[in-house]
Amino acid sequence: MSRIAIRNLTVRYGKHDALRNMNLDIPDGKITVILGPSGCGKSTLLRSLNRLTDLYDEVSVEGQVLIDGENIHDPRADLLALRKKVGFLPQRPFPLPMSIADNVRFGPRIHRMTREDILRQIGAPADAAASRHAAMDLLVEHYLKQAGLWEEVRDRLHAPGANLSIGQQQRLALARALAVEPEVILADEPTSALDPISAQLIEKRFQALKEKYTIILVTHVLRQARRLADYVIFLYMGEMVEHGPASFLNSPRDPRTRAYVGGEIS
Amino acid sequence: MLSRRKTDRWTGGTMRGALLLVNLVAFTIALLLLWKSWPVLSGQPIKDVLFSTNWHPTQGQFGYLAFIVGTVAVTVLAMALAVPVCLLSALCISEYIPTRLRWPVRLGIDVMAGVPSVLYGLLGIIVVVPWVHRLGAYFGRDGSGYSLLAGGIVLGLMVSPVIISVAVEVLQGVPRDAREAALSLGTTKWEVSLHVVARHAWRGLMSAVVLGFARAFGETMAVLMVVGNDAHIPTSLFDRVYPIPALIANNYGEVMSIPLYDSALLLGALLLMILVGAFNLAAHVMLARSEPGRA
Amino acid sequence: MLYRRIQEWFFRALMGLSLVIVLGSLVAMLGVLAWRGIGAISLEVLFQTPKGGYYLGGGGGIANAIVGSLYLALGGTVLATVLSLPLALALQREYASPRLARLTRLTLDVLAGTPSIVYGVLAFVIMVRIGMGASLIGGILTLTVLMLPIMTCAMAEVIALVPREMKETAYGLGATRWESTLAVVVRQSLPGLITAVLLAFGRGIGDAASVLFTAGFSDRIPTSLADPTASLPLAVFFQIGSPVKEVQERGYASALVLLVLVLLVSVVSRLIGRRFSRHVIR
Repeated sequence: MSRIAIRNLTVRYGKHDALRNMNLDIPDGKITVILGPSGCGKSTLLRSLNRLTDLYDEVSVEGQVLIDGENIHDPRADLLALRKKVGFLPQRPFPLPMSIADNVRFGPRIHRMTREDILRQIGAPADAAASRHAAMDLLVEHYLKQAGLWEEVRDRLHAPGANLSIGQQQRLALARALAVEPEVILADEPTSALDPISAQLIEKRFQALKEKYTIILVTHVLRQARRLADYVIFLYMGEMVEHGPASFLNSPRDPRTRAYVGGEIS
Repeated sequence: MLSRRKTDRWTGGTMRGALLLVNLVAFTIALLLLWKSWPVLSGQPIKDVLFSTNWHPTQGQFGYLAFIVGTVAVTVLAMALAVPVCLLSALCISEYIPTRLRWPVRLGIDVMAGVPSVLYGLLGIIVVVPWVHRLGAYFGRDGSGYSLLAGGIVLGLMVSPVIISVAVEVLQGVPRDAREAALSLGTTKWEVSLHVVARHAWRGLMSAVVLGFARAFGETMAVLMVVGNDAHIPTSLFDRVYPIPALIANNYGEVMSIPLYDSALLLGALLLMILVGAFNLAAHVMLARSEPGRA
Repeated sequence: MLYRRIQEWFFRALMGLSLVIVLGSLVAMLGVLAWRGIGAISLEVLFQTPKGGYYLGGGGGIANAIVGSLYLALGGTVLATVLSLPLALALQREYASPRLARLTRLTLDVLAGTPSIVYGVLAFVIMVRIGMGASLIGGILTLTVLMLPIMTCAMAEVIALVPREMKETAYGLGATRWESTLAVVVRQSLPGLITAVLLAFGRGIGDAASVLFTAGFSDRIPTSLADPTASLPLAVFFQIGSPVKEVQERGYASALVLLVLVLLVSVVSRLIGRRFSRHVIR
């Protein structure tokens, strides 16, 4: 069984079914793309994978999402550990209301990582930093580099995150998500608000990162799915129509998938 | 990790407790008022309390009619003066004046909404009362100028910034698309303002008015200073009146010597709270309906 | 077409007229108060407490009311802030169920609309029952109750504006509700929170009806929480009714001081709002 498994998952907004009875294993160490027209339940599915559904009124969740065998929708589940394990990249990047460096530090700081934890996590030698503070600086540099943002912001780490361009903000969001060293990254149309160049930068980052992380990406852009996906899930009106290795997009079986791939619906 | 969770649980519990407590406190306030005014309510039939003008504290007679009429008269007059002017002004600010002027005008209005009522009362004494006195003399009415009319004007002026401020906010919330759609059909700006913007926002506008009404209804100082404070049912604009808040403010300090007086004045407070609460409730419901997205 | 054009111009003129009337009366009001007040203000009036025979035209000033008002309003504001902030934060979805939040908002709206005279008499009833006289602490506590709903409503409004995605980001990183609240929600809404505090301060310092019985009035600057305390709104109210001209003049002076304080707070609240918005995402 793969690490993330969805069992009989149904999500409702009030009386409206946003997702109906899904069953799926998400392959590890790959980029899985959730594809489908807008309003088909893509974001709902993504949010139910780290229980951000809790924040919405009138949302009810039935069924199970198992991560490493633990059902995260169990009220007793350890939410904090879960969310640390699963990183989230929203559609529009929202820098937290603090400086660039503090944005990256936010996760490690609330998880109270010690100097040793930090150095171990970024793979630095144990004597690379004398204090926790210095180690944090190394961590900020490490993850900003991973997100491909370091060169652009190294001179203004203490400027507000809000001052960055939107493309830079999205890479900051990526650095911030990576800094808690998640095992899975959830991304909700992470390039839809970006200009083409920033979007390309982000896509490249994803391809580099899939070595280490399981990435689940929501998009309604077919070409993006073709570029990035190893595995594709096609959703339509709250229902999982088809799923499989990305190659199935070339020969879809279901008429709805065919219509979507053929450009008749979008 | 353990203490992070504990902190979260502890703060969460405290905050939820605080919410419950606030509701409890509000309930207690109402209950306390009812309990303290019970002696008067149980001592005579409620219709004598509400619909009689016999106000003789020393004889234990407390007929609230003149005060109720006084309160309602002043408030209604103030609203009659303020509402048309305020709604038109709000439309003007929201739809007509240039954007670059809108901000300072709104700022000015907001600032005026924060000016203490006692200062409006003072203005009433300096300017409005003498003016009403002269007007009254012109119509062959003598009197000091301390009157229903003076109270209405002062109160109307006082609630204007409140009404305008809320109304402009509501009008600005009308989506631009709605205006553009109508304008592109060849309507004039006034027609758009009336048929599209105002219709779109009418619940919000109503609630602006109701909020102003509630504010005027409970206002004490500004009114007390200019209405003359005489417990009779007024027959003209130049008559003196005596609203409930003024009654309480003027007399509560020396009630201990007369039996039941204290209880009677608290009944006045209870009436105020119930009526103002009802207005606010109405405004709340209307506003909540006009913004379905509000969490 | 002609009819519609005339209609347009008619209503345009009517609206312009309305706005001129409202703005004109408000500006005129400021003018009258300022003009009357400036003539009456002097160093003696500002910095001295009433001397013997003050209410018959003797010397002295309104320092008792100025200091008293500041004590009352500051004390009330501090207490109300301490209580309001957690309440406003608690109204978030994470802490309150939608039903509890709706009920509480309604309660707060009703409390915020309750006339201040009602709070004034109620507090007085309780104070009499526990054997407490008109005092600084009585006034402060009454003002706290008066300010609490106003401040909480204003705070809850700005807190509701914090983008949901921003909270999702914090939670996505494994933050607890409390951590997200402190690090994200409070920081993001800080300018609005400060405005809410200052708004309530402005309401508190100008309110007369609630301190009428609870704080009383005194010619001395209070030295303990149990002393009766003068306030500017009451100084205006009492002195303006006096037949003695000098006393009336000092009523005008009190009014001007009060007006300046309130306008100052209004302006400062906007400036501070801008100063603290460095990190705020719009």
